[in-house]
Amino acid sequence: MLSVETLRIRFRTGDGLVHAVNDVSFRVGAGEKLAIVGESGSGKSQMALAVMGLLAKNAEAEGRVLWEGRDLLTLPPAEMNRIRAREIAIVFQDPMSSLNPYMRIERQLTEIVEQHEGLGRAAARARALEVMDAVRIPEARARLRAYPHELSGGMHQRIVIAMALMCRPKLILADEPTTALDVTVQAQIMQLLSEVQRDLGTSVVLITHDLGVVAGFCEEVIVLYGGRIMEQAATLPLFERPAHPYTRGLLRAVPNVEDPADELIAIPGSPPSQRAFPTRCPFAPRCVDAIESCRLTLPELTGGRACLRPVEELT
Amino acid sequence: MLTVTDAHVTFEVAQTKRWPWSPPGIVHAVNGVSFTLKAGRTIGIVGESGCGKSTLIRAVAGLAPLAQGRVTLDGQRVDYGSRASMQRLRSRVQMIFQDPIASLNPRMTIREIVAEPLGFFRPEMDAEARRDAALAMLDRVGIPATQANRFPHEFSGGQCQRIGIARALVAEPKVLLCDEPVSALDVSIQAQVVNLLKALQREIGLALVFVAHDLGVVRHISDEVLVMYMGATMERAPAGALVRDPQHPYTRALLSAVPVPDPRVKVAPQMLEGDLPSPLDLPEGCLFRSRCSRAVAECGAARPPMVPTCSGEAACIRLPAPA
Amino acid sequence: MIGAAKRRLTSPAFAEDAAEEMVASRSFWADAGRRFLRNRMAVVSVGMLGLLILFALFGNLLARWTYEEIDWNLLGRIKEEGGPSLSNGHWFGVDELGRDLYARTVQGTRTSLMVGFVAGPVSVLLGATIGALAGYYGGRFDRTVLGAYTIWLAIPYIIFFVVWQAFFGRSLGQMILVIILVNWTAGLLIVRGQVMMLKNREFVDAARMLGMSDLQILARHLAPNILWVVVIYTSLVIPEVIMAESLVSFLGVGIQEPNTSLGALISAGAATMTFGTLWQLAFPAAVFVIAQVSLFYIGDGLRDALDPKER
Repeated sequence: MLSVETLRIRFRTGDGLVHAVNDVSFRVGAGEKLAIVGESGSGKSQMALAVMGLLAKNAEAEGRVLWEGRDLLTLPPAEMNRIRAREIAIVFQDPMSSLNPYMRIERQLTEIVEQHEGLGRAAARARALEVMDAVRIPEARARLRAYPHELSGGMHQRIVIAMALMCRPKLILADEPTTALDVTVQAQIMQLLSEVQRDLGTSVVLITHDLGVVAGFCEEVIVLYGGRIMEQAATLPLFERPAHPYTRGLLRAVPNVEDPADELIAIPGSPPSQRAFPTRCPFAPRCVDAIESCRLTLPELTGGRACLRPVEELT
Repeated sequence: MLTVTDAHVTFEVAQTKRWPWSPPGIVHAVNGVSFTLKAGRTIGIVGESGCGKSTLIRAVAGLAPLAQGRVTLDGQRVDYGSRASMQRLRSRVQMIFQDPIASLNPRMTIREIVAEPLGFFRPEMDAEARRDAALAMLDRVGIPATQANRFPHEFSGGQCQRIGIARALVAEPKVLLCDEPVSALDVSIQAQVVNLLKALQREIGLALVFVAHDLGVVRHISDEVLVMYMGATMERAPAGALVRDPQHPYTRALLSAVPVPDPRVKVAPQMLEGDLPSPLDLPEGCLFRSRCSRAVAECGAARPPMVPTCSGEAACIRLPAPA
Repeated sequence: MIGAAKRRLTSPAFAEDAAEEMVASRSFWADAGRRFLRNRMAVVSVGMLGLLILFALFGNLLARWTYEEIDWNLLGRIKEEGGPSLSNGHWFGVDELGRDLYARTVQGTRTSLMVGFVAGPVSVLLGATIGALAGYYGGRFDRTVLGAYTIWLAIPYIIFFVVWQAFFGRSLGQMILVIILVNWTAGLLIVRGQVMMLKNREFVDAARMLGMSDLQILARHLAPNILWVVVIYTSLVIPEVIMAESLVSFLGVGIQEPNTSLGALISAGAATMTFGTLWQLAFPAAVFVIAQVSLFYIGDGLRDALDPKER
């Protein structure tokens, strides 16, 4: 359905070029749940924005983003608008900024369908109630009359997800949907996304920095670092037998509530510079397993991992 | 060495007033929290956003007004109105902050930032001694002295937090208050900073108050954990016991919701239904009861006192019987 | 491929980049200075303004007449012979009273620049100080300042000028004083807003943890962070103040004769324009335009160089 091919995203800034995404390719099929995991500066959010045609003005995207055969990067804005409203929906990190504080919930939900599907008031409202039921908003009828500030943070994110579902999209891009929320609310929202996905057959791309959230939700995981894919695998093997030093490091660095405390194993060093297009493994400067050739060549993604060292030799 | 007894913090908020002279609303941010911190130990404070955990330590530091309650440092009561007492508090209790970049003045070099406290707490040092001490401290937190003339924006978030730690520790305080010090950092960097704090603690016998919303991090660094909700303590227990065998219904709900990075573990979060009470108008009785699955009528009678559990204490009248 | 890489490594651009990497660090102001110098128009404008200042300071040395002397030879024949001339020493011609327009333009430029460069910065500093205190302390003090600000904006400043000068005379000093008083609100709101935003940053908390007093925090931690706003704002207020002075002089309530300002000269030139003595308008107006345009471009350059959002 969605197929991203050798996507590159660059930004022109006052201090020169920033290479945010460097040759990333992946596919998402109908009804699939894919997670894109990365830390800040990994380019994960820029990828979502590129798919939605929402990149900032100083950005350049190369490569192809194919949506049912059409390249979204070259689509005229009017076409892109229609796809954005009806076929691909995005859920942002901060629910507050996705909602208009001066509009009642009803208007925010119905506006899109009235505009893009030509639904009447009554039909649109019926759709809104149906969707609010799907995202488990109690007393939906009363909530329709409310303004955003009258609702709690968790409720906001439910409304935002409801907005995303209004046009029955085929794909939802969820960009850090729970990062701004408390753990108890996060658990509810993740469960909700998972139920919605199951009931409506929507594909979901979950973009997050939190491996814990991924483990309970997705079937397939892409691990990004420095704008490149480090590892791509099904969830279970990725967590059980991580095959890339970065994935291993990331998993070790998460403090586990259950495990008795030993020393956390940190990944040394700082996030990568993005001033130049990578010509060597971007993780090499921080990698405990790096050898001389890691600092000279750029490993390709083969067999789901982009690493020069064989799995057996990793620490 | 640091004891906080029955701390209350309130704020006035200008709610939509009927008249200019009608009284302002009063937010009850912290409602009677007590804890004791021993030298070289770590107490963790967890809770969700708005539970008053940051306000509590800001009040201890003197950055927020303590409405009621008592703070004692080395057996001496801290008088927040007296300059001398405050100076004594600040020379022994320092703080690091949530936003590593915003906590450094963008117009000062990092050497100036780290040397600044020495001008206040070590007036006997001359400029050169201050500079050397600042460089040594920067080196200790892993920032090479060659970079000391740079400005904060030239460093990453994790490095900025290291610089913040250097500033807090350069005058050798005994207690470090940590206000969500790693929540703005990436996982891989988070671990670096946590390890650095632990190493410094071992070396100089520092006591830490570690406030965070991430139970995993708090569990990892703390000896003892305090769970807060709506400005009140729900449960206090040694870190291991709290995670293994939570007593209070809120602690249980919180723990059940923590995502586990292991796809084989099926997380079954207990859903917290119901609304939070308004901090402008606190209800009688247990503050958690509006969302508690175990609540009964008696829970609304009076604020539950802390009762001992097998390893700590909890504020609940319906604790499971000790096994 | 390798050839290209080699060329790159030996190119001066690469040396430049590498040098940039190695520079220990640049402060915000050094950085801003570099950006300002890259702005051609701003640099040219600084040059123009410099020339204008030299003109105001030392232009007299080139004059053959003083600004009050009347050239009796030309009186009555100003239209025919009073124009710019090298032979009689009136480089810019004479005004309708037969006084040397060159000397008068030098004097007028001096007055206008004095007003701009003294009254402008002082009024911004005054407003910035009040704004910083209001933003920092908030509460009742803030409300009082804002109230006074609102009331002040409602008073038409021309009336204030007329009344003030009726009481205290029309000297240059009084002129500058009254402009400062009228403009005390300049920079108040913007600095107040900046301080309100910055005082909640954690580095202010960190400073408080050192036991710093409010004034120390304002002076050592907040002031360096709002200086850029003050600089930009001052660069906007200076031409505004020059304009205001010219306007009141144009209306005839400005500075006392025989002293003059660019506004007064333009006013006089405009009055006699219909008699064919166009130079009486053209020279002062040209100087005025040069001053305003170069100040505008300098302000623009400062904004680009200093505003962090522009990057």
